[in-house]
Amino acid sequence: MDLKERIARRVAQEVQPATLVNLGIGLPSLVANYVPANAGVFFQSENGVIGLGARPPEGMEDPDLTDAGGGFVTAVPGAAAIDSAMSFGLIRGGHIDMTVLGGLEVDAQGRLANWMIPGKLTPGMGGAMDLATGAKKVVVAMTHCIKDRPKIVESCAIPLTSARPVDLIVTEMAVFQPTPDGLVLLEHAPDTDVAAIRAATGAAFEVSSGLKEMSLDAP
Amino acid sequence: MPAMKRSITPAKAASLIPDGASIMVGGFMGVGSPNRLIDALVAAGKTGLTLIANDTAMPGKGVAKLVTARCLSKAIVSHIGLNPETQAQMNAGELEVELVPQGTLVECIRAAGVGLGAVVTPTGLGTPVQEGKQTLEVDGVSYLVEKPIRADFALIAARQSDYAGNLEYALTAQNFNPIMALAGGTVIAEPEHIVPVGMIPPDAVRTPASLVDHLIERAL
Repeated sequence: MDLKERIARRVAQEVQPATLVNLGIGLPSLVANYVPANAGVFFQSENGVIGLGARPPEGMEDPDLTDAGGGFVTAVPGAAAIDSAMSFGLIRGGHIDMTVLGGLEVDAQGRLANWMIPGKLTPGMGGAMDLATGAKKVVVAMTHCIKDRPKIVESCAIPLTSARPVDLIVTEMAVFQPTPDGLVLLEHAPDTDVAAIRAATGAAFEVSSGLKEMSLDAP
Repeated sequence: MPAMKRSITPAKAASLIPDGASIMVGGFMGVGSPNRLIDALVAAGKTGLTLIANDTAMPGKGVAKLVTARCLSKAIVSHIGLNPETQAQMNAGELEVELVPQGTLVECIRAAGVGLGAVVTPTGLGTPVQEGKQTLEVDGVSYLVEKPIRADFALIAARQSDYAGNLEYALTAQNFNPIMALAGGTVIAEPEHIVPVGMIPPDAVRTPASLVDHLIERAL
């Protein structure tokens, strides 16, 4: 199982039945693969669809039905198409139960940075700032390190996406919960331990008294 | 009943838009953009335009053609990550890029269109988006004050228009289009189909004809 699949499987366990969920592009979008079809979960794509479905069969694509990355999708029964003001009204207004966002860095307070690397890369924030600020639950799904450099750091070197701390951080090594007193390690992956996680993490963290091994079963 | 509109060619519409104008263009990663209008702006060799749009799409699609043809001096958008040409022109100092959170962008456009003086939002607080902006405390909660965004022209795409200019949109091709139709000084709509008045049920009209100044003729 590759690292991204492992992260996606763990994040999928956070998805509650009959909720409205927004998945960011890239790694977060893989989470949908591990959410049972009968869970009654609707996926929102901020470009304007609630009830995002799988990619349509070859030759059946509709150029007017796409996800936020511009890829062809379908709409599930009960779906709704909405404009951008409604879409972001839902996001900012707290009507999205959970969002999963990718991360470049997360600080010791759990604040996410994921929209630019000054002097190197400026993709822009797109909808990430609104999602990180307004969704009821914000989960960051990211690899633990980039080229051996920790992505969880005491203080972000790059601009923040939101001043609001996220609710959960899931990597291939660990699950952290940010609290007002700092990060708490809730789970470790089966192939690692607390010492290895400390070595790969750039911020101090507490270890939960209920520390457990990360389950990689799909829900 | 609103007066029937005369349709105009994309080239005629482009001729109404002077160099240096500000244009809002509907679309999300090239989906739901008025492509014939964009092609006409490129063909007319427009320069110095300020683009207000969700993103700069990807090369060869939607408003990306305006970037590649160097029609723009400024872009006010939420995302440029899929268009390396935008980043190259920005890094070379040839194109000014102002990044705005997507929800703030659409709401500031809406605010301009519906006569509101500002958008008061939590998005962007404590980030570089806050720089140089007023904050406001309402009932003990802090917000960022964002100004309305308007443009000389709104160029929008619709699934269909009737002869009067009532517009109906398609699925995720709606995106910014119905919002921008409120906020452009002159609104030019490019429908895929033009149908007789009455064929779009009133419930399905998302942009009333009174907002639309010009209709682009049907595609052949």
